Amino acid sequence: MNSKTADRLATGVFILIATIIVAILAGLFFYIFINGFKNISLEFLTSPSSNVRAGGGIRDQLFNSVYILFITMLITVPLGIGGGIYMAEYARPGKVTDLIRTCIEVLSSLPSIVIGMFGLLVFVNTTGWGYTIFGGALALTIFNLPTMVRTTEDAIRAVPRDLKEASLALGITHWHTIKTVILPSAFPSILTGAILAAGRVFGEAAALLFTAGLSTPRLDYTNWNPFSEQSPLNIFRPAETLAVHIWSVNTQGLIPDVEEVSSGAAAVLVISVLIFNLAARWIGSMIHKRVTASK
Amino acid sequence: MVTALKERKTVDMTVPLNRQIQSENILTVKNLEIFYGEKRAVNGISMDIEKNSVTALIGPSGCGKSTFLRSINRMNDLIPGARAEGEILYEELNILSEDINVVALRKEIGMVFQKPNPFPKSIYGNIAPALKFAGINKKSKLDDIVEESLRKAALWDEVKDRLHKSALSLSGGQQQRLCIARTIAMKPTVILLDEPSSALDPISNAKVEDLIVDLKKDYSIIIVTHNMQQASRISDKTAFFLSGDLIEYDKTEKIFTNPSVQKTEEYISGRFG
Repeated sequence: MNSKTADRLATGVFILIATIIVAILAGLFFYIFINGFKNISLEFLTSPSSNVRAGGGIRDQLFNSVYILFITMLITVPLGIGGGIYMAEYARPGKVTDLIRTCIEVLSSLPSIVIGMFGLLVFVNTTGWGYTIFGGALALTIFNLPTMVRTTEDAIRAVPRDLKEASLALGITHWHTIKTVILPSAFPSILTGAILAAGRVFGEAAALLFTAGLSTPRLDYTNWNPFSEQSPLNIFRPAETLAVHIWSVNTQGLIPDVEEVSSGAAAVLVISVLIFNLAARWIGSMIHKRVTASK
Repeated sequence: MVTALKERKTVDMTVPLNRQIQSENILTVKNLEIFYGEKRAVNGISMDIEKNSVTALIGPSGCGKSTFLRSINRMNDLIPGARAEGEILYEELNILSEDINVVALRKEIGMVFQKPNPFPKSIYGNIAPALKFAGINKKSKLDDIVEESLRKAALWDEVKDRLHKSALSLSGGQQQRLCIARTIAMKPTVILLDEPSSALDPISNAKVEDLIVDLKKDYSIIIVTHNMQQASRISDKTAFFLSGDLIEYDKTEKIFTNPSVQKTEEYISGRFG
């Protein structure tokens, strides 16, 4: 086989692989949307779920998912960015840093069900909170933090060294350089990493089964007192998320319309993640443009 | 100004104390050795750098000239395992010593790098933040310094209508002059230039060279260059480095017409390096 044929063959193979990937994705989306869309209605989104009768909605689950995601990101993002800055800018090469890095890698490869078990032990039993949003968010933080640290570290390391040197050579301190030069340059990558992490969190079920629980109290959306039992904002109440709901109706649901509810919920889940991605990317590029003064 | 390196926070608006005695030395290097881990990159060099003059450092790649240059404003601190022994005296203070405020030092000894490295911000945003950090907050004063330094860097006329456009939209030569302007804005006394025009086209290069000659009125300049013509055109004194040693250091004219060391002549005439 001459090199020209080999080149053509390689091109063909890679196109084929790319096509397969796109086909799988497209097929998946098509399947979820076709099955899900017909079940999504305003009523489905705004009514509470039902335990035995058909026609239940996903209002509380959707809210819980978004709320847990919000709380998780509130904890994860500052910690993760802080850890990433430390790893990229302050940690001196050596045994301790290597150990920290190994720990982060092990942590990020832990199966989420194991993190769920750990969460059950610590955030549910040891603390005596029971199933809570906060416990779920902490479990998700464990699940999420390594990715966030890693993403931030990589993003910071990818900032050209030139820029850092330029700033330091102007008599600007290390911390101020990080704040004004390094983080703004790394921001789009950090944001992308945070979005991907958020997508994972939004769809996570296993880590929440034993931490945030499988039930939601009756919520009163007019009650905004975060300490009240009925308030959706209370972080010390159990909360079933969308992903957990899909799992639970399929495994132990008594409702006759399991199929409809779960496919509708699945479609909502996918669409939500898609919306996050697009919105966050848009926000990211807006901020980037403002910071860099580029058009 | 001696204590200033430990205390100075604001940028002095007046032109630094110079011009008074022309032949005074701004820097005195004594037995400087620089190591990267075990490897010695600079082998005990000693030299005096004159105030308000252009000193060129020449020599083949890896001869230690950039390493030496980067030790003058302690940029080598960023490289893990790099350490320097000996002394570099600046205003009678050994700037290599541990207790030097590196941040203040870098304000006095500015640096321009090989590759133009403007911040991905507006032209104005490349100059103003460092000034703000140094304690200048008044908008009018910031504007003045920005204009003044851009004028000094011979860039003002080209950019005055687009100060708030991205610095990345400038050409390579303009970017490099912006980097010089940014350095000048901090009112340094010494400017270190690490092959500042090696990434530029000949026309931009000529502009940068004119600028450097112009700047020596107010600043002491040390420039690393691979370009012999450049060294001979713009510098007052030239130091020739080879394998970490300072081979010869003399008036530029002398080095280029009648060097005392054989190696220098061979290098300058292009027989190696």
